[in-house]
Amino acid sequence: MNGLHYWRAMWGIIVRELMRFVRQRERFISALVRPLIWLFIFAAGFRATLGLAIIPPYETYILYEVYITPGLIGMIQLFNGMQSSLSMVYDREMGSMRILMVCPLPRWFLLASKLIAGVAVSIVQVYVFLIIAWFYDIEAPLEGYLWIFPALILSGLMLGALGLLLSSFIKQLENFAGVMNFVIFPMFFMSTALYPLWKMKESSEVLHHLAHYNPFSQAVELIRFALYGQFNESAFVYTLIAFVIFMMAAVLGYNPSKGMMMKKGGR
Amino acid sequence: MSNQDVRQDTMLLVEDLSFSYSGKKALNQLNFSINSAECTILLGPNGAGKSTLFSLITRLYDSHHGKIELCGFDVKKQTGQALSKLGVVFQQTTLDMDLTVMQNLRYHTALHGMGRKIAQQRIQQELERLNMYERRSEKVRQLNGGHRRRVEIARALLHKPSLLLLDEPTVGLDVPSRESIVKHVHQLVSEHGLAVLWASHLIDEIYQDDQLIVLNKGEIKAKGNISDVLKITNTSSINDAFKYLTQGEAK
Repeated sequence: MNGLHYWRAMWGIIVRELMRFVRQRERFISALVRPLIWLFIFAAGFRATLGLAIIPPYETYILYEVYITPGLIGMIQLFNGMQSSLSMVYDREMGSMRILMVCPLPRWFLLASKLIAGVAVSIVQVYVFLIIAWFYDIEAPLEGYLWIFPALILSGLMLGALGLLLSSFIKQLENFAGVMNFVIFPMFFMSTALYPLWKMKESSEVLHHLAHYNPFSQAVELIRFALYGQFNESAFVYTLIAFVIFMMAAVLGYNPSKGMMMKKGGR
Repeated sequence: MSNQDVRQDTMLLVEDLSFSYSGKKALNQLNFSINSAECTILLGPNGAGKSTLFSLITRLYDSHHGKIELCGFDVKKQTGQALSKLGVVFQQTTLDMDLTVMQNLRYHTALHGMGRKIAQQRIQQELERLNMYERRSEKVRQLNGGHRRRVEIARALLHKPSLLLLDEPTVGLDVPSRESIVKHVHQLVSEHGLAVLWASHLIDEIYQDDQLIVLNKGEIKAKGNISDVLKITNTSSINDAFKYLTQGEAK
């Protein structure tokens, strides 16, 4: 086992994931249509009811569509993270997960490779979304499109690791619908994706706190600032820590002597 | 033969292995070994513990009692080295249906760190041996059950393992496909010195020279070659011996 072995294995996993992605064209289209519906319909209708003050990183009054765009980018990655973990549950039910798990590499590395492959797919989706948004006159400064790249890697890793962690708990595919309801929706609505924090404070103090400590909010803020060429340090640190915690828990979840592989305490 | 020689020949060593799910014993004190150029058939009715044993050998679960060694490497402590010596064909199909045969096999060679050139060579060798090379560009979905199994056997051998595990690989196949797979695996044993552990509940898959392990309710009821097992059970056919060992218990 050497570095080359690791590299080849990771590349193999990424190529497989991309091939599956290309194959499932419906998945790509639906991943794109979802945020576009929010942008074209929800945001357009909603902008009349919500007045936005000038808050960083914005320097002027903005349209609601502009505010919501980073949140929708986060949404793409959130769904993608959950989707790739869904595919892990599927793989496990279908048995192809076993092929991965019996190859002679450490499990954490295999999981990390899976994760990176998923992030790569999500970044492709985000850029396609941004191009469409550009034609809808949602334009960020050009360098923002460059700065957003590292931010997307980190936020994608964090959300992917969360999906991975969840997938280690889910034994069957059917249970996944519950996770969609209990994880994706609360995370998305209880975040700064759709409304700024200060606005939330006006209606509920509790909601404001929950949204503030929601890692998804922090990922969205990281993306929001990066899109305007700014670095949000606290969001970066928060997202990074969340990633490390989720990842470690996921590796533990896939550890053969603990977690889901034991199916409730085999000894 | 010195002790050292015996050790080198042992491809799989299982010692005092026990395992329970939620307090219920699935495997109890298993002891056996498998040598190179030996095909061992693991016979047992459904629920005997065959799949659990396989999950432990492939380290999908961890055992807390006992030891498993692959080619002298402890599965728990030297996992990487141990798993690199192992080829597995699982009971369920584990191929990606929408990818081609070649893409599936390439994925496997990548996971085992094989370079492109060697991978290509090995894939060709293994597929040709099973008369599947000309079908390499077809999607797995287009292949019938027997051919899918062949691809999985080819895949399990790509990294030249010393031990091949097969978990009921002929389930759901028609008679000719079954026969050809049984024959092929036995050829690998006799011609290439591969050690094989084959889980089955079908008596007719056993060849005269095979070793047998009869597993029932998580315990080894008998082991040895065919005549050993017949002698222990005082029966004249494997079928009777199997019934005696597994159904006697059920009464």
